Amino acid sequence: MSERPIRVLVAKPGLDGHDRGAKVVARALRDAGMEVIYTGIRQTPEMIAEAALQEDVDVVGLSILSGAHRDLFPRIVEQLKQKQLDDVVLVCGGIIPDDDIPAIKQMGFAGVFGPGTSTQDIAAFIRAQVARKRGARTA
Amino acid sequence: MNSDWLERLRAGEPRVVARAISAVERGGADARTIITALFRFTGRAHILGVTGAPGTGKSTLVNEIAKHYRRRGHRVGIVAVDPTSPFSGGALLGDRLRMQDLSGDGGVFIRSMATRGSLGGLAAATADAVKVLDAAGFAIVLIETVGAGQNEVDIARNAHTTLVVEAPGMGDDIQAIKAGIMEIADLLIVNKADHDAANATMAALEMNLNLKPKLENDWRPPVLKTIATTGEGVATVVEWIGKHRAYLETNRRLETRERARARAELELVVQRELMARLRRGLNGTRIEALVEQIAARQVDVYTAAEKLLG
Repeated sequence: MSERPIRVLVAKPGLDGHDRGAKVVARALRDAGMEVIYTGIRQTPEMIAEAALQEDVDVVGLSILSGAHRDLFPRIVEQLKQKQLDDVVLVCGGIIPDDDIPAIKQMGFAGVFGPGTSTQDIAAFIRAQVARKRGARTA
Repeated sequence: MNSDWLERLRAGEPRVVARAISAVERGGADARTIITALFRFTGRAHILGVTGAPGTGKSTLVNEIAKHYRRRGHRVGIVAVDPTSPFSGGALLGDRLRMQDLSGDGGVFIRSMATRGSLGGLAAATADAVKVLDAAGFAIVLIETVGAGQNEVDIARNAHTTLVVEAPGMGDDIQAIKAGIMEIADLLIVNKADHDAANATMAALEMNLNLKPKLENDWRPPVLKTIATTGEGVATVVEWIGKHRAYLETNRRLETRERARARAELELVVQRELMARLRRGLNGTRIEALVEQIAARQVDVYTAAEKLLG
């Protein structure tokens, strides 16, 4: 049985007006051989968790610029937990102050990617994380 | 999956449905076990195919059609297919973006699928994903194909009712007469009907239909106008889907279609299995050597194939 392509949900919670950065990342992950489910802007925590569940993704990538991550991220983590999606790899990017990063990692995010991160690094990070999870599942 | 997965799947539990679709997508022994177990619970859903060129509004239309069925209380499953990159093997699956009205509704299940190298407008596992949704009790299953050109007609074999979506200004009356995708339509839909060229497109499609001699009891596809972004015209589309279903149910047409579908699917599975067995049996280095010889014009492909198989 062949290894399935890594499936990633890329979503923007909150009320950000544009999704240029998320599109750049989505495109880069596509070019890195991943299947990217793109849902775009103005996603509620419920919408994100529902899409992650139905699409059976390995990774949820969130992009946020507005600063609302402090309010929204815990709610998204909670929604994912409720749907028993604790084993999904969570990553995020956008405008996130350095001071907030420890709390976000504490919440269960594997990676936080700020402005200037190379998209190749993001793809490599995701690949390594998913390989570890898949290895753990079959072991 | 746990031993009670089939019960949970039949109850429509989203986690189990999602995992089952992933498994049939992956193929292999798990996929076979799943399909074998749930097969006797399939055959209840009305399967609708939605196809047409990229950007004609298929996803938006699917969103609106699904809303109509939800108002009637039917549970709706959606499989939306987008292309896999021939270069990276990755894909950008963006159909869900147009279906956000449906989120938060437990009676709807949307799954995006990448073609993973298969041509014809669908993924190799689309038919099996539809079976999973059918067994999970979704009364309506909508399949949205990749943005189709003229020749992606696999959907007709997979759906009971096929909707071909056109946008205004995409071609003249000769395009409408061409063989291929125009022939598989049970319903022809001119979306973006607020566009100036909509009437000309309607006329070209009607003209093509009028060129065909009328046979008794023949289904003549209606040509319908919609503006999917506002929902205009969609009620009529749903009404015609009902009429088409009724048409199929008279004179055993549904059975005939099912039989054709079963035959096509069987042939496909046999073909795939034979290819897989063949690949396992073939010697990789021998193939490479022949590839070199063909590229160097020392041997033609037919002779090379004969050497491999003989």
